[in-house]
Amino acid sequence: MTQAQIKITLKKTVVDPQGLTVKHGLDSLDFKGIKEVRMGKFIIIALEENDKQKAKAQAEAMCQKLLANPIIEEFQVEIM
Amino acid sequence: MKFGVIVFPGSNCDHDCFHVIDKVLKQPVKYIWHKETKLKDFDCIIIPGGFSYGDYLRCGAIARFSPIMEEVIKFANAGGLVIGICNGFQVLLEAGLLPGAMLRNKNLHFICKFVELKVENTDTPFSSGYNKGQIVRIPIAHNEGNYYIDAAGLEKLQANNQIVFRYVDNPNGAVDDIAGIVNEKGNVLGMMPHPERASEDELTSKDGLVVWESILKGFSK
Repeated sequence: MTQAQIKITLKKTVVDPQGLTVKHGLDSLDFKGIKEVRMGKFIIIALEENDKQKAKAQAEAMCQKLLANPIIEEFQVEIM
Repeated sequence: MKFGVIVFPGSNCDHDCFHVIDKVLKQPVKYIWHKETKLKDFDCIIIPGGFSYGDYLRCGAIARFSPIMEEVIKFANAGGLVIGICNGFQVLLEAGLLPGAMLRNKNLHFICKFVELKVENTDTPFSSGYNKGQIVRIPIAHNEGNYYIDAAGLEKLQANNQIVFRYVDNPNGAVDDIAGIVNEKGNVLGMMPHPERASEDELTSKDGLVVWESILKGFSK
């Protein structure tokens, strides 16, 4: 068994209204020195596959087909 | 003219669309459950608003893979008329029948109110009954209506005259004030505002009725 940990975030070129609002919240609580906040999704998938490389390929295919929208999002897959 | 209204789990404007086609436009209309695998004998497919699959993952992302969508894609590619409203628009974007994607509203609020739209293109089967530049009043009700497309995509939309409706006062941050677009061929329309909620006097605006009347008039020609 392997576990795919998938991070999905909006592309750098896409404005992230949630991140901006959270930054505003942190600023108003007087947390200093915050340059930017970006929000995203974190997905954990338990896989039957034992081979890490194959597991990664599987998870990436899932991202491309359903989990991420390539028009606005990018993803990172890590296999544990 | 035969209309079909696709019903996903979580669709909630399906009855409104059905009502308008049946009682106001007075045309035959049927519900089509998303698990169906055949689309037979329809002239226009409506993908209604709502929260298909609870809006989980991304709005429309899971509905886009419902069995009926393969048929809708075939129907659209063969030139059939498809109109997606609100969540229906989001489904069409996810399905790749229309370009671009939706982001959360700029102010993070779910916005539910009447808005003014400018009709930019009357040369489509969905908008032929309007006058170019006409200002119409149709309500929106969404959390993810902040239309996004990259600069190259936007240029293409503009060059091909695919922008049908623009917000007069942009409520959600949408690129170029876009409220509704058609595909290149012009047979698929996606719009965030709800024409079915502005098709009768009781609803204080009948500006949306023109969408349905345009579709019918074009078909009857």
